[in-house]
Amino acid sequence: MTKVYCIGKGLVTPLGNTVEEVFEAAREGRSRRLFERDGFSGASFFDRIAIEAAQKAIQGIEITPRTGLVLSTTKGNIEHIGKADISLAASARSIADSIGIKTSPIVVSNACISGIAALLQGVRMIRSGEYDSVVVVGAEVHSDFVHSGFDCLKALSPEPCRPFDKDRRGLNLGEAAAAMVLSAREGEWEISDGVIRNDANHISGPSRTGEGCYKCLRYVMEGVNKEDIAFISVHGTATPYNDEMESIALYRAGLSDIPVNALKGIFGHTLGAAGILEAIVSMAAFEKGIVLPTKGFSEMGVTYPVNVSAKERPAGGKLFVKLLSGFGGVNGAMVFRKGGAQ
Amino acid sequence: MKKEVSIPSGANLTAIYRELVGNYPKFFKMDTLSKLGFLLTEMLVGEEEGRFTPREDRAVLVFSRSGCLANDLNYAKSMEEEFPSPALFVYTLPNIVAGEISIRNKYEGETSAYVLEKYDRPLIDAIVRQAFQDRITRDAIVAWIDCPSDSEWTALAWIETKD
Repeated sequence: MTKVYCIGKGLVTPLGNTVEEVFEAAREGRSRRLFERDGFSGASFFDRIAIEAAQKAIQGIEITPRTGLVLSTTKGNIEHIGKADISLAASARSIADSIGIKTSPIVVSNACISGIAALLQGVRMIRSGEYDSVVVVGAEVHSDFVHSGFDCLKALSPEPCRPFDKDRRGLNLGEAAAAMVLSAREGEWEISDGVIRNDANHISGPSRTGEGCYKCLRYVMEGVNKEDIAFISVHGTATPYNDEMESIALYRAGLSDIPVNALKGIFGHTLGAAGILEAIVSMAAFEKGIVLPTKGFSEMGVTYPVNVSAKERPAGGKLFVKLLSGFGGVNGAMVFRKGGAQ
Repeated sequence: MKKEVSIPSGANLTAIYRELVGNYPKFFKMDTLSKLGFLLTEMLVGEEEGRFTPREDRAVLVFSRSGCLANDLNYAKSMEEEFPSPALFVYTLPNIVAGEISIRNKYEGETSAYVLEKYDRPLIDAIVRQAFQDRITRDAIVAWIDCPSDSEWTALAWIETKD
């Protein structure tokens, strides 16, 4: 099977616009979840940050007539509902046009696993042989719409979120844009596997047995030696149910002892951007040989053991695994392998 | 020949539900997009042997242009009230319909929602073919459900099998 590599990365976040800056902020435990929008006067802040992230990712990479675009988002321009065309397809078109992509853009809107789902779509497009490269952009902006929704579900934490902690009280919403360019041309990171599985249980709550998440782990572990895993970047939203579910799935997969970390304490939950943003930051951590601290965690608050820490730890291995779960019963896992290490 | 099913725009969905199902009251909580996906799937697999046995080898892939816009508008309206409706909010994602189909039929495989600029059958077919790169997926419920309002839609579905 064709190997698929990440050959370009771009970030636009409230903590900075380069991978280095954003990684350092995460390492130091600085958190900022929302952009300062002073001075922004365009029609769509969403489109703007998505385009900026894509432009950064494609620097030095040729866009050909066979370059694809996959946009990952849950709500796109929802802040303008009732006032403008907020269709996700229109945003994808504006991003494609801005960076000169000629193929039909594809939006993957798969709740909170959209980032992994979009990367997996990009990987498959490269493997199909029909695309030279695929730009995968994940973006989300803050809106009253999404805030009020999570608020009425009582999922928002009144304080900075605390993944896996016994006093965790819910999530914080964040906003960001993150992009990767995928290609069969060899790059520093290979996306060697990815999968999506459904709990088939409930549309807005995770499975009590971690069914879909466990199935995702089981699937990707077929091609992974456990001792090669540097860390698992979990979803870790800090809602009571999500973190508990992940602890069960990791336990069932025999991975309770593998170091894990959650980045939502730094960025908040960036929804459609989360998978790509957290994967890029995890790549930087791997390259520095560390597992990033899980900001907000202090005392274990899940039933099954999870190897999580509030402190930075050394990491060694050949790869890391990214996990996400979301509404609609969806779960995703993806394997990022350094330098095509076998 | 591949079985393809559709529901005419504006059809009475409750009547179709009563005729085809009748004993799944969760249907009434669903948004129009989910109702359409649920009923299209009933039309496709209602007669299948061994139905409701959990399976991981069938994907559910839902395509549209409008995503869940109709229900987004419903939730936006509810935001003007003192207590916005969580029951409406949970349907403000285009993939919830795939989740409803999975819950009903115990499909534990891949589920995804895609938004495209238009009904582009070659592109949909290509994405479905690519989904068969999954090592377990053997077939897929594929649907185009474009539902910009609660009274007008395009809704069709079929089953695609891996070569």
